[in-house]
Amino acid sequence: MSAVTAGPTAADASPSTARAGRRRFRGGWRIVARKELGDHVRSVRFVILVILVVLAGLASVQSASGPIRDAADAASQTPSIFLYLFTLSPQSVPAFHEFIGILGPLLGIAFGFDAINGERAQRTLPRLVSQPIHRDEIINGKFVAGLGAIALVLACLVAMVAGYGALRLGMGPTLGDVARIFAFYVVTLVYIALWLALSLLLSVVCRRAATAALAAIAVWLVLTLFMGLIASMIADSTHKVGADATTEEVLANARTELTVRRFSPDQLYKDATGVLLNPSRQSTGIVVDTGATSAVPTSLPLDQSLLLAWWQVVVLVAGTIVLFAAAYTTFMRQEVRA
Amino acid sequence: MSADAPPLDRAGRRSATADVVIQTNKLTKRYGDKTAVDNLDLAIRRGEVFGLLGPNGAGKTTTILMLLGLTEPTAGTARVDGVLPTRDPLVVKSRVGYLPDEVGFYEDMTARQNLRYTADLNRLARRDGEARIAGLLHDVGLDADADRKVGAFSRGMRQRLGLADALVKDPSILILDEPTVNIDPEGVRELLLLVERLRSDQGVTVLLSSHLLHQVEQVCDRIGVFVAGRLVASGTIDELAAELTDRWIFAVGVRGLSDAERLLAAIPGVTAVTRREGRLHLTASHDVRDDVQRQVLDAGGTLTHLVREGADLDAIYHRWFRTDEDAAGPVTGPPAQVRS
Repeated sequence: MSAVTAGPTAADASPSTARAGRRRFRGGWRIVARKELGDHVRSVRFVILVILVVLAGLASVQSASGPIRDAADAASQTPSIFLYLFTLSPQSVPAFHEFIGILGPLLGIAFGFDAINGERAQRTLPRLVSQPIHRDEIINGKFVAGLGAIALVLACLVAMVAGYGALRLGMGPTLGDVARIFAFYVVTLVYIALWLALSLLLSVVCRRAATAALAAIAVWLVLTLFMGLIASMIADSTHKVGADATTEEVLANARTELTVRRFSPDQLYKDATGVLLNPSRQSTGIVVDTGATSAVPTSLPLDQSLLLAWWQVVVLVAGTIVLFAAAYTTFMRQEVRA
Repeated sequence: MSADAPPLDRAGRRSATADVVIQTNKLTKRYGDKTAVDNLDLAIRRGEVFGLLGPNGAGKTTTILMLLGLTEPTAGTARVDGVLPTRDPLVVKSRVGYLPDEVGFYEDMTARQNLRYTADLNRLARRDGEARIAGLLHDVGLDADADRKVGAFSRGMRQRLGLADALVKDPSILILDEPTVNIDPEGVRELLLLVERLRSDQGVTVLLSSHLLHQVEQVCDRIGVFVAGRLVASGTIDELAAELTDRWIFAVGVRGLSDAERLLAAIPGVTAVTRREGRLHLTASHDVRDDVQRQVLDAGGTLTHLVREGADLDAIYHRWFRTDEDAAGPVTGPPAQVRS
């Protein structure tokens, strides 16, 4: 046998050979990530998700592009008409960024829920950890691969929506629009990464992939669909709004509701992307329509919009880090055989 | 078996400590208040096949995981090829091929793809890796199935693929955890032949854990009997047998003699002869096999069977495991503790 047996024996296993060994085996997470990404893009799961997301995207753009044309004719004042593609929802079809707010978590969950327990179920984990890679490189590699797959789907989707929209509108995005779309893309990626980290954590904690998937979907349902109900219930119980309610009371109620809603990443994402995609929005909070608005009807530059969305983005990033750290430490402490 | 006294090899020479490739020193692993591995002192020499024999739950797998640096010992140290698995796990893992208990593969990947991933993880260059994988698949007899998905493989095929997988990294040490469980006898035979060949052709050191003694017996140079986290005995099969048996009982099959019982009873040292299940059973004060053979042949009979009872691994096994069940507290096995 070659290098290995001819190599160091017990007697001459000097620190230098150990050091050489350590150097030689750097970057194992890249190998794991490459394999996992390959698995993802070849999987049936990937195809189904792409179809689902593309259909949703096209539906929302299709329904948005009609009114945009009318609006464009009527009001040439409107800044960044192109971005309406992503935010306008004239009929019952939700706007594109709302669609992503709902479907994004599914993407995150789909690429993570069976990451670790899948290896356990197939009994490949002992074999994997006995290769010359650090144990954390397995979970890191899987997170990176999941994120890569999501980034890929999302990039295609945004490009497609923008392209189709441009075709329908007969106009392209300005440079400023492109910058905003890119910011939207990054925030969306962070938002989905949060769900990926959550599903990764569940895949470490739950023995069975099905349990992890169900748990993740339960969290998703509560935070995206039921959060509105919960928030309004809490708001109504703390600030009753009767028929003769004053503006202050109505406002207090609405504020409470928004505060509760913001415990859901879905609301944070909507806040952030709403501001980023709409230059004329000057607040992520409640805007009271008093007829004569106090705000000057002007569009903000991108950095000002970013500033508005800043804390939402920071919370999303922090949430992702906390969830991934939890997954990481739990995985590192688990016994290989557990 | 202590760390400071170099073990004797079969020729009785003191072998240099450099020849010990796997050495543990008071290796201990506790899970809560349960001790899985208890002060294990083990020394495995270069090029030998060592069988770790013990019932399920004796701590064999835990020991193996500690040797690979996959679980932290509570106390004590292990050295594999001179390297501490706790400090340089990657170096250890790059030199040790490991076939886990009930090995698994990515079901929707082919055999070759599975091995390719392992080759990548071991940083083998693509060209070398491909050649090596093809060679290994040939060695384990999976040429024809190399590009089939593993999901369709039988247990025996998976086990052979597992061996190929463990060998991808060109290891100097091979650790096989229960490699023969749940595969058919022919599969077991093939697997053990492969192990045998690896040792003789390439000088690979093999640590094989099993609870099936007959299989261990076939390939192992030395055996360590592992019960409830302790190594209660180790040595060659003959040594273990010699240590264990305080009685000499033989089963004898004789053909062509009418008065075999009387003939055998007359042999000096034989204290009793009984007939049971068509065989004669002798109880003697010492090894009388030579005399039995001579007497039967001289009398014109044919010896069809002559086996010492209670000296095969079954008896050893049973004895130690019974000891474990009976003894409350530390194992005070009858014959000598661990000799190496």
